[in-house]
Amino acid sequence: MKVIVNIQLKNGVLDPQGKAVHHALSSLKFDEVNDVRIGKQIILDIAESDKAKAHERVTIMCDELLANTVIEDYTIEFPAC
Amino acid sequence: MLVAVAVFPGTNCEIDTKYAFEKLGQEVVLVFHKEEKLPEGTDLVVLPGGFSYGDYLRSAAIAKFSPIMKAVIDFANQGGKVLGICNGFQMLVEARLLPGAMKRNENVHFISQFHHLKVIANDNTFLQKCSVGELLNVPIAHGEGSFYIDEAGLKELYANHQVLLTYTNEKGDVQNPNGSVDSIAGICNHAKNVFGLMPHPERAIEKILGSDDGVKMLEGFLN
Repeated sequence: MKVIVNIQLKNGVLDPQGKAVHHALSSLKFDEVNDVRIGKQIILDIAESDKAKAHERVTIMCDELLANTVIEDYTIEFPAC
Repeated sequence: MLVAVAVFPGTNCEIDTKYAFEKLGQEVVLVFHKEEKLPEGTDLVVLPGGFSYGDYLRSAAIAKFSPIMKAVIDFANQGGKVLGICNGFQMLVEARLLPGAMKRNENVHFISQFHHLKVIANDNTFLQKCSVGELLNVPIAHGEGSFYIDEAGLKELYANHQVLLTYTNEKGDVQNPNGSVDSIAGICNHAKNVFGLMPHPERAIEKILGSDDGVKMLEGFLN
């Protein structure tokens, strides 16, 4: 089963990469952009067919390794395939 | 004194660190990350700078699960002295031996230059040979050195004299190179046996290389 983990800096934690990209977009005259936040996406392929169980396991993976919960939030998605 | 310097894949400051402590007359052993035990009689563990595991995922995120880190965490929890320099500091926050977290530098650039630091607290082993308010000139070299901690955590750090060093200019005024909260360059844990800093004292031990201000920092561990 495929599982997608999206990781982002928490709201209120300054995202310097997002800020730099926002600045670059502004200099390209994309003035409609209000804010840019950059995160990362981790795509897992796991040997588990039960969604609830997979969710539980991936949550542990996120808390232990994939995200640093001091500064990052994460979401877990199951893409339709 | 026996100093154990941990070496991970991608570590690149272990030889400088060994050289620095040997110059101070200490015995130094390099310990590979696959080792499960520290050498018998270890007095100080140093987690040196570099890019452990390519800094993949986050700086030091993977190093904290190395076999040797389990031994280091046990050693620290039993009161053993641990010093994390640069990538080593990142390991200590990732392993939650120190509070807070490390972010990309605010200007998104890798910064490699000499920088002045101000001593904020010296009632600890590490900086006991320095005086409060003293300025030290020490190299920094990092891309993810922006120290983050929430307000409550910051208050606690100050209340217990855990903020050790801040970034300043040569006059001692705040000059923040990377966006760290309160310009913090180094901290210690509540029990004051675990120390972390982004600057490299081991690269400032000879005047011919620009500064020997690192000597009195590292000397703090000697007795």
